[in-house]
Amino acid sequence: MKAKFIIPLILFLVLVGFLAVGLNRDPHEVPSPLINKSAPAFELPQLADPKQSFTPASMKGQVWILNVWASWCVACREEHPILVELSKAHVAPIIGLDYKDKRDEAMALLASQGSPYLLAVSDANGRVGIDYGVYGVPETYVIDKNGIIRFKQIGPVTMELLNQKIYPLISELNKS
Amino acid sequence: MIPEFGHYALILAFCVALIQGVLPLIGAHQGRREWLILARPAAQVVFLLLATSFFILAWSFYANDFSVLYVAEHSNSQLPVVYRFGAVWGGHEGSLLLWIFLLSTWTVLVSQLSKSLDDFMVARVIGVLGLITTGLLLFVLTTSNPFERLFPAAQDGRSLNPLLQDPGLVFHPPMLYMGYVGFSVAFAFAIASLLSGRLDAAWARWSRPWTTAAWIFLTLGIALGSWWAYYELGWGGWWFWDPVENASFIPWLVGTALLHSLAVTEKRGGFKSWTVLLAITAFSLSLLGTFLVRSGVLTSVHAFATDPRRGIFILIFLALVVGSSLLLYAVRAPKNTMGGKFSLSSRETFILLGNVFLVVAAGSVLLGTLYPLLIDALHLGKISVGPPYFNSVFVPIMVPLLVLMGIGPWTSWKNSNLMTVVKRLWLAGLIAIVAAILIPRVMGDFTWLSSMGFLLAFWVIASGFLQIIRQAKTGVPTRSFIGMQIAHLGIAIFVIGVTMVGAYQEEKDVRMSSGETVSVGGYQIQFQGVRDELGPNYRAMRGTFSLMRHGKVEAVLYPEKRNYFSSTMPMTEAAINAGLIRDIYVSLGEQLEDSAWAVRVYYKPFVDWIWGGCLLMALGGLIAITDKRYRVKLRKLVA
Amino acid sequence: MKRFLLILLVLFSAAGTLNKAFGEEATPLADDPVVEQRLISISEEMRCLVCQNESLAGSRSDLANDLRQEIRTLIKEGKSDEQIRTFMVERYGDFVLYRPPVKPITWLLWIGPFLILLLGIAGLLIYLRRRNNEMVRTDLSAKDNQQIDALLKANEKESSHD
Repeated sequence: MKAKFIIPLILFLVLVGFLAVGLNRDPHEVPSPLINKSAPAFELPQLADPKQSFTPASMKGQVWILNVWASWCVACREEHPILVELSKAHVAPIIGLDYKDKRDEAMALLASQGSPYLLAVSDANGRVGIDYGVYGVPETYVIDKNGIIRFKQIGPVTMELLNQKIYPLISELNKS
Repeated sequence: MIPEFGHYALILAFCVALIQGVLPLIGAHQGRREWLILARPAAQVVFLLLATSFFILAWSFYANDFSVLYVAEHSNSQLPVVYRFGAVWGGHEGSLLLWIFLLSTWTVLVSQLSKSLDDFMVARVIGVLGLITTGLLLFVLTTSNPFERLFPAAQDGRSLNPLLQDPGLVFHPPMLYMGYVGFSVAFAFAIASLLSGRLDAAWARWSRPWTTAAWIFLTLGIALGSWWAYYELGWGGWWFWDPVENASFIPWLVGTALLHSLAVTEKRGGFKSWTVLLAITAFSLSLLGTFLVRSGVLTSVHAFATDPRRGIFILIFLALVVGSSLLLYAVRAPKNTMGGKFSLSSRETFILLGNVFLVVAAGSVLLGTLYPLLIDALHLGKISVGPPYFNSVFVPIMVPLLVLMGIGPWTSWKNSNLMTVVKRLWLAGLIAIVAAILIPRVMGDFTWLSSMGFLLAFWVIASGFLQIIRQAKTGVPTRSFIGMQIAHLGIAIFVIGVTMVGAYQEEKDVRMSSGETVSVGGYQIQFQGVRDELGPNYRAMRGTFSLMRHGKVEAVLYPEKRNYFSSTMPMTEAAINAGLIRDIYVSLGEQLEDSAWAVRVYYKPFVDWIWGGCLLMALGGLIAITDKRYRVKLRKLVA
Repeated sequence: MKRFLLILLVLFSAAGTLNKAFGEEATPLADDPVVEQRLISISEEMRCLVCQNESLAGSRSDLANDLRQEIRTLIKEGKSDEQIRTFMVERYGDFVLYRPPVKPITWLLWIGPFLILLLGIAGLLIYLRRRNNEMVRTDLSAKDNQQIDALLKANEKESSHD
């Protein structure tokens, strides 16, 4: 009879436990269902020369990075220098996906800030972005030699992220 | 300079609240009279200090003092005066100060209206309230000081989110907080009686009017929020099961259970432990809600800007307050005596059964609200739990409750003859069935869901009506009885509103050029073009629409699309022609080519019955509080 | 004949004026109202990912507009509701669904409420039975019982209003 009176306290303590753990989680960070799946196929015109196109299939056999960006995106400017760093390290080529952008403005940005990209493609209507589950630029994907997405970053890439996750991942993928 | 006084007042209030919290409680425990009697004066001093502090903050807004960081973040010199006042609680720090100020208001009211309560009890109640006040003031002073200064002072403020520049929003938080915070009184009474070891019916009699008052405010606060969302957000929704909405609804459900349980404890001496547990739970849920909204743990349109430090503090506070209360409950509650005997068919059983449904409903909403957090904390991924879940779960639980609502008042205390009850109710059942069949036919479309809604609503109404007729034969009804009838009627009205709008609303999304009309709900709405207008702190495109029926213009509606100077987000101000049995709702969308506009119109039958029902519930509660039992006490006090 | 034509002319212009008084009926914004209906019912149960907590149906953000357009295309291609949901989940995960899918990790969520209800009602009945049995055990003398009954009757009359 007496035992039942302690049940509310126990339930409450369990709840507090979960809330405490919850404080350390970010409710806005949404994991991607595309991890360990094939990078969706597409064919898009290149930014520099729209008559030429690009498909992810052409990258098979090497580890590469897909970076979704736009000239109107403020956070993309933050990560731009980091991407330039990454490109200089020559560990993996970076392909830029210009998302829902105007060609001249995108070109102008790359001209003035420098381009970390091997090449950039135009996703003018955002259709390819939808296939990649893009919902907030910038987003960055690390794709392995077989065209499987191994990592997705939502939000700008930081130096910390490069050193802690991306470089190690790329070298691991390069070994196989 | 003046803001510093506000800050000092807070520090002083903290010190005095600490005295108010600690000394009377120890005094009551050790029998020290000189500490006991500090309770009331301490509470009064804290109230004055907090009132000063709050007034100074409000003054800073009124006077556009942008050297105060909080003012600079939430106000602007172009903001109309009334919204500058509302901006005081437009952000985390100010709304928290409001919370604490209202807590001290309830405390001082208890201290004034408890002259015939014994000193030990008073000391304990005010002591508990004092401890809570102290904890919250510590929180404010260490992490959320509204008087933080900005040097050099800003030229002008960032202004208030345009969504919040609205009369509904000015009143919604104070009402809501009066409710949330009001449950602290029942909580304090419950803790006080656990501490004294004396859990008797007198405690219930004291708690009841305070709890009802808090419940009334919470009802109005939630209704106001819902009504505001309806007319402000531009697309006619009135409830989204958003985590913050749920955070206010869950305590309301438990508070309703508490109200009914207190009635039994007062009259029959039964359910004492259960009622105490409900009282602790209701306030704990208020605190939990405060945590959820301000800690960044859940995604919500309502969430305040978050800071992990704040989340940790509130969680610790929550754990301490609720944990120690439940521990006290576990230790002391088993010791109390049971009330009178009652059979399975008695009113006590029915009320208890109703309690079960209300608490289960509260638990389900809580489960759905916290589930994404639960899954995430276990690293099992991210899921969303939205309206489809809550509607599927909440509605089926409410159905039996509404049935009970029609039966319960017919049962007698201690024991009743169920056959007699059935005999008295057959007419109500008949009326309900007739309504369930006829009304959908009249509205033009029969669905099982809408039929069920009408069945339940008219069951409650008819049962209530029959109760009133029977009661009239035996004499003048008490205010308690009238209050109950009106409150229950309010729920039925609410259900009718929800059912009608859910099943029979009409919506049309059209492109309109000047001169064109759109028909909806038997009305014709003619577009007469859009004009540029300038407001105090915005520029608007204002549409003119004539609402017509049978060729005659009944009203002219002016929906707007506003661009506030301080924000890049355009705001839609819908135009609503409200009526007793329908709203016509016109919302301006985007401008299309060749000066045509995208327009959305709604016909919403009986939508105002949703909030009308809530008003009736609150009115019922108010009438019940003015029952002669409580009024006699007031007379005695005044004499 | 002339008179007839004249009358017709007058009638038509009168009708024309009436029309102007009422105005032309506005055309629906959507190209296809049937598709639109389905779009609304599907997108109402999905989350707008860039908003704080809004449905895909209600949000006016760019991404929401794009995704709604995508769903319209899928509807026109003849995809079922289930296929469209799968399409969205493949790209955005379960998070995009407002109605949590029924899988092992959500069993507790979907069953929970009814489980608590059953426990609650069962608990109540057990508690009441036990309580009544305990009450019965403390028996009083007949005289005590009579006294008590009389007092209780008086009390009940007082409180039977409420």
